[in-house]
Amino acid sequence: MEERLFQTARDIHGLYPHVHIWGFPIATYLFLGGLAAGILLFATLYYLKGKEDNMPFTVKIAPIFTFWFVIIGLMLLVYDLHHPKYVLELFTTFRIESPMSWGAWTLAAVSVLSLLWPLSYIDDIEAYLHERGWYKLDAITKFLRDLEHKWLIPHFIIMMFRKYRRFFAWILLFLSIILGIYTGILLSAFNAHPLWNNSILGPLFLTSGVSTGSAFVMWLSNNKKERKLMSTIDMALIATELFFIIHMIMGMQAGPEAYKQAAHLFLGGEFTVIFWVIFVGFGLVLPFILEALELKGKHIPPALPAILVLVGGFLFRIIMVAAGQMSEYPF
Amino acid sequence: MAIEVNKCVGCGDCVVACQTENNVPMGYSRDWIVEIARGEYPNLFMHFESQRCNHCEDTPCVRTCPTGASHVIEGGIVKVTHDECIGCGACIEACPYDARYFHPEGYVDKCTFCDHRVADGLDPACVSVCPTTCMHFGDLDDPDSDISKLIKTREHYTLLPEAGTAPQIYYLK
Repeated sequence: MEERLFQTARDIHGLYPHVHIWGFPIATYLFLGGLAAGILLFATLYYLKGKEDNMPFTVKIAPIFTFWFVIIGLMLLVYDLHHPKYVLELFTTFRIESPMSWGAWTLAAVSVLSLLWPLSYIDDIEAYLHERGWYKLDAITKFLRDLEHKWLIPHFIIMMFRKYRRFFAWILLFLSIILGIYTGILLSAFNAHPLWNNSILGPLFLTSGVSTGSAFVMWLSNNKKERKLMSTIDMALIATELFFIIHMIMGMQAGPEAYKQAAHLFLGGEFTVIFWVIFVGFGLVLPFILEALELKGKHIPPALPAILVLVGGFLFRIIMVAAGQMSEYPF
Repeated sequence: MAIEVNKCVGCGDCVVACQTENNVPMGYSRDWIVEIARGEYPNLFMHFESQRCNHCEDTPCVRTCPTGASHVIEGGIVKVTHDECIGCGACIEACPYDARYFHPEGYVDKCTFCDHRVADGLDPACVSVCPTTCMHFGDLDDPDSDISKLIKTREHYTLLPEAGTAPQIYYLK
């Protein structure tokens, strides 16, 4: 038996009984970052494969949203800072050792490029929306045009972007992978929290982010082929995600005491039900089955598996942020 | 720093001295005392540990800091530059000892080993005030310093060596 008690007061907010300084805003940001990374990954990948005209929604339309996701994510990050008046310190230094530092730089680059990408397609986007009679969405293209004309984004930058789109697509493809994987590596860099501290977390968050991206495209695209392709890709991603999750928990179970206790949070501990039933059950397995049935010809509204994947991805971030902070070295 | 756990009576003088010396806001503390009881009745044993930042050699807090506000000064003391700190909390998450906290003004605050006193050749406030003289402070890089000799000759342990941070506070048995 060993018992530890504080002899002097130490009830500092956010530290006891366990660290909980990161909550909803950080989890939401991790979700939005992963989602934006997923959408941009598909947009640039299929552009580079020359599918620009076959898959207009993936390449041209979906990236309209990423700029907003990234900006909302950034705002949540700044909102969560406790000393925000020094936020610019983030961009006066670059520290390769700190995932948050290169993540901030990646996010800044992605937010600029994810604005230029749809701007460079502005005519196509307008034509696409009008073709489908979505005149109400003209506000979006109008806003983008205003950005260009009124808010002084020099026209030659857009022209240059159009001219060298292939080059920028490669950069954006690379950055979107970095953004997706960074959300996981950010957490895995904290060895004080055994649940986060495993190298599979980066790939797991990337897979989950890309899966939410494909679900997003599948949900909103009205091109049958595009939907079918995204649905197939999403199934492969969900299968990979399940494999990574099992692999992660196996790794922790085979690890030292602190890691076993971390795994216990999901194996009998307080996150067991929400993790296995709600996230894995309703956020991974059920949409996988629905997508499989749809591919077999059953009529299933694509919004259903897509929303399940998106809500599941969001819940996964919330669970990982909350549970990770509860897993600590015992002392 | 070295602390003789069997001399410590858990009076909390080190905690109060630190709060006074460093103007630590009400309700916060940079150091704290843990009472550890082990064994089965009637064979119970108890000792106290005065805990604080371990000024680790391998610093996860400095590694994860995105702005470089967390840094190690000459001599090995880990410090935070207040007007470079954005208050993101990465270092708080990174510390296995929970030694850091958000100051009410927003930046991250922690034990500085009273580097302003050390620069004048004095001991940190907690060390100099200890009524049982259970704490010792000095230069571990100098093999002839009193503290190096203590660690060489006495049985000791550190907190959470398994976290891989190479902590620099030695508890002498």
